[in-house]
Amino acid sequence: MKHETIAGAKIQPLGGLPMTYPTGKSDYLRIAGLWKNFGDFTALRDIDLEVAEGEFVCFLGPSGCGKTTLLRAIAGLDLQTRGTVHQAGQDISVLPPSKRDYGIVFQSYALFPNLTIEKNIAFGLENSKRPKAEIAARVAELLDLVGLPDQAKKYPAQLSGGQQQRIALARAIAIDPGLLLLDEPLSALDAKVRVHLRHEIKELQRKLGVTTIMVTHDQEEALSMADRIVVMNHGVIEQVGTPTEVYRYPKSLFVADFIGETNKLPAKIAANAKVTVGDTEFLCDKHDLPVGADAVAVIRPVDIIPHGSGARSPGAPDVVATPQNLIDAHVEDVEFLGAFWRVRLSAARLGNRILVADFSINAVRRLNIAQGVDMQIELPRERLLIYPTEA
Amino acid sequence: MTVATLPSAKPLRMKLDGDAWTKRAVMVVIGLYLVVALALPLYTMMSKSFTTYVFDLSRYEFQVDDGAGAWGPVVTAEALNQQLGVFSAADLRAGSDSRLAPTKLFPDFSFRSPVKYKIRGVDGAPFLVGLDLKRNGDWLELDSNTFRRVNLRPVQARGFGNYITYFSSPTLVSSIANSLTIATISTIVTIGVAFGVAYALNRSCMPFKGFFRLAMVLPILVPSLLPGIALIYLFGNQGFLKDWLFGASIYGPLGIVIGSVFFTLPHALIIISTALSISDQRHYEAAESLRASKWRTFWTVTVPGARYGLISAAFVVFTLVITDFGLPKVIGGQYNVLAVDIYKQVIGQQNFEMGAVVSVVLLIPAVFAFIVDRIVTRRQVSLLSARSVAYQPKPDARFDALAFVWCALTAIFVVGILAICQYAALVKFWPYDLTLSLKNYAFDRMDGGGWDAYYNSIILASATALVGSVLVFVGAYMVEKTEGFAFGRNVFHFLAMLPMAVPGLVLGLAYIFYFNDPSNPFHFIYGTMAILIICTVTHFYTVAHLTALTALKQMDREFEPVAASLRQPFHKLFFRVTVPVCLPAVLDIFIYIFVNAMTTVSAVVFLYSAHTQLASVAVLNMDDAGDVAPAAAMGMMIFYTNVVARLLHALVSRGLLARTQAWRIR
Repeated sequence: MKHETIAGAKIQPLGGLPMTYPTGKSDYLRIAGLWKNFGDFTALRDIDLEVAEGEFVCFLGPSGCGKTTLLRAIAGLDLQTRGTVHQAGQDISVLPPSKRDYGIVFQSYALFPNLTIEKNIAFGLENSKRPKAEIAARVAELLDLVGLPDQAKKYPAQLSGGQQQRIALARAIAIDPGLLLLDEPLSALDAKVRVHLRHEIKELQRKLGVTTIMVTHDQEEALSMADRIVVMNHGVIEQVGTPTEVYRYPKSLFVADFIGETNKLPAKIAANAKVTVGDTEFLCDKHDLPVGADAVAVIRPVDIIPHGSGARSPGAPDVVATPQNLIDAHVEDVEFLGAFWRVRLSAARLGNRILVADFSINAVRRLNIAQGVDMQIELPRERLLIYPTEA
Repeated sequence: MTVATLPSAKPLRMKLDGDAWTKRAVMVVIGLYLVVALALPLYTMMSKSFTTYVFDLSRYEFQVDDGAGAWGPVVTAEALNQQLGVFSAADLRAGSDSRLAPTKLFPDFSFRSPVKYKIRGVDGAPFLVGLDLKRNGDWLELDSNTFRRVNLRPVQARGFGNYITYFSSPTLVSSIANSLTIATISTIVTIGVAFGVAYALNRSCMPFKGFFRLAMVLPILVPSLLPGIALIYLFGNQGFLKDWLFGASIYGPLGIVIGSVFFTLPHALIIISTALSISDQRHYEAAESLRASKWRTFWTVTVPGARYGLISAAFVVFTLVITDFGLPKVIGGQYNVLAVDIYKQVIGQQNFEMGAVVSVVLLIPAVFAFIVDRIVTRRQVSLLSARSVAYQPKPDARFDALAFVWCALTAIFVVGILAICQYAALVKFWPYDLTLSLKNYAFDRMDGGGWDAYYNSIILASATALVGSVLVFVGAYMVEKTEGFAFGRNVFHFLAMLPMAVPGLVLGLAYIFYFNDPSNPFHFIYGTMAILIICTVTHFYTVAHLTALTALKQMDREFEPVAASLRQPFHKLFFRVTVPVCLPAVLDIFIYIFVNAMTTVSAVVFLYSAHTQLASVAVLNMDDAGDVAPAAAMGMMIFYTNVVARLLHALVSRGLLARTQAWRIR
């Protein structure tokens, strides 16, 4: 199946996937000045966020960053200390969950164990004076939608984890909610099911066009599913952007580090668009750090371009007219990871720091890269990210 | 970058929907039930123990004439008493019913003399003329013959007077030492026996484990005073094993301790067995690989692992023994203990204030044991949550034989006591005519309420179990699943835990004080079946509440949010999911309350009336009246009823599980 490719290859930023920008109103959900304190601990600090209608947004961050707290505030399950939440123009800041308009799927699925699958899905449909036949039809439709049409009479315990998760999803969307909230919906599943299900959820969301917020700590999940990612840390939003934006242009060292893999190099600012690492000056994009300041230069393993032992080889991606930021490196060891090679390099000019680079199988073969070989590598200037050192 | 700080403003409050209001309202209603059925009676009792009655002589004034119409000076009773020293300070301390004849203050008084007397109570101090209560403070002129019929009445005061009286009365104070002694000895013996049995059940490969497990819990099904009756038949004045005691008497501490071991054994066994069963196989493997001896392993792994269970069991047994009243009443002889003192003060001497004082004294060890138990139980929970590998015993012929003998002896003791009761109930006249007959079952010909008492007990047990399990489960649900309202939930939780710390006898006495007051709006339930039901539900509330809480905590916390997001009312979730899923726990609560309501004596003994006599109380009363064999027969009726109830419970549980819990079977 084409979606089960190795994750590393899939998040290649060079692919340049066209972004799907949602077309609906840009502020279907509007969060303003939102705080959440638990005693002295500030779980959320002055959060502002807007979510467009039909958009799929992921809250991404390490555990304890406040992403679940934010979701629960939107759901009315944990009332925020300060701040407002508007949905579809209506102020829902202090409304109880039952007066809000959302469906929710929890990590535990929270399926009612003593009710059959169809009774679970019908749970939200029953009291609204609907005729029985209509409810049955709707349940059948939903079971079809999640691809489990023949499981209606079973109990939740008789289904696999992935199937239970899809039933939970069907139950949540049964009432046509304006907003779908997913709280780590995939983290209790094993890896294979997870990859499969995230594609299905994304497809379903696109089909229904329901505004969706998903909480996850898994960057792959966020990158592959979200229209926009909200990266959070220590109760604040670090960056909001499309998957390619947060991957290619992380706004902070935390984001760069948290999403994808990085080589972090201690650096000094040499000039407006120059930075010194070890004893070498590198070109980089413009930044606004003062000359002489300590900084961190970040380059991702996939962004390091291999060159032969001298001249630049033809046919390498991202060819620039004259190679810049070229340095000598010694291959310490190589590791085959299936779709690419992971190469550990040491560079004398960087103070013998170890750099990790991911090279394509082609490049390794063509350039005869192997353990013990000396070679040249390029740190492309537009891929060299500069951040102030963390306080 | 500047770090934003929290803007100060009024904290936000969630708007409450109908469900939230309903939940809170239901919680408040059940909370109020607990206030009326528990907190207020206890408060009334406490304040009663501080209520004293004294004759305030300074508030009575007299005038005497000379027989010819000339009135002498006004003189107070106090002044007269100081002159004459007729009444000592002790004479002036009174009960609520005491009277004091003022004629003693007049040495020359003769009811035939023509002298007239005037009396008045300053500020309405009360006195009786015949049966006529005067408290208006006016002067009253009486002839000698009428003055003879004047009695002063005590006035109410607050103070430690009752406590002073209590602690200056040697017989009463000796009860404290007696109670502590028998409770301590019983605890040590019971824990020793129970630990042996629990150890054998969990750690040996002996045969008949199932039978032993069953036999050891039988005492739960009978009133605590039943072993006392069996012991009387065995070792009493007419007992056929009397010689075994070498002249010692079973009536007293010996009988109480043996009987206490019998009725507390199951409680201790269940707790210790649980503690032993959670121990970790890996610890034993580690000990074995380190070549530790079995003896050393026992003391370094087994005992520390079960220590919380042992402590908890010890306090439970201690509390049960020190608060038990039936057993020492039946077999205690002249050996006074606190619980019996309460009964004697209230039923025997009608001295309610002193009963209240003893109750407060009895509350102290009970509350202390309760607090220690709560602390220990909390620790043990954290022990339980650790992931461990269950211990698998390996066969060991010598140890298994030893374990078997220990369990067999204990089982013979337990089953033997019951068998003796049954046998004694069936013979014509112990020990002279041992032919079998059913004459002892003709309860209607004895004191104690007859067969009606038995039927009343079944009504009480069923009604209590029904009302109790609904009330407890709904209450536990509301307190567990209500968002916010922390204050209300904490108060509720406290009220729900309180009954465990209150001995039944104390609760019963508190009910008299509270509900027998004609100005109480709930006075009308006094003497009815309703007060027995309310009292029994309250008495056994805590354990039932904890069982319900445990079941509810095992439910997914996200059910309520999901139902709310689907815009379904909470009661739909409650009836369609919560109750069906928790049904096994609800049935457990039901049978727990039923069995206890059948066997309880302590709380209801103060509250039954002529037409609400109970089987368990009948056992006590028949024994008291000398009808020991019928008492044993009634006790065994309770036993069989509980056995049948247990069997029905098992049957119904299985049936219901098969129908409503199909989801449990894959």
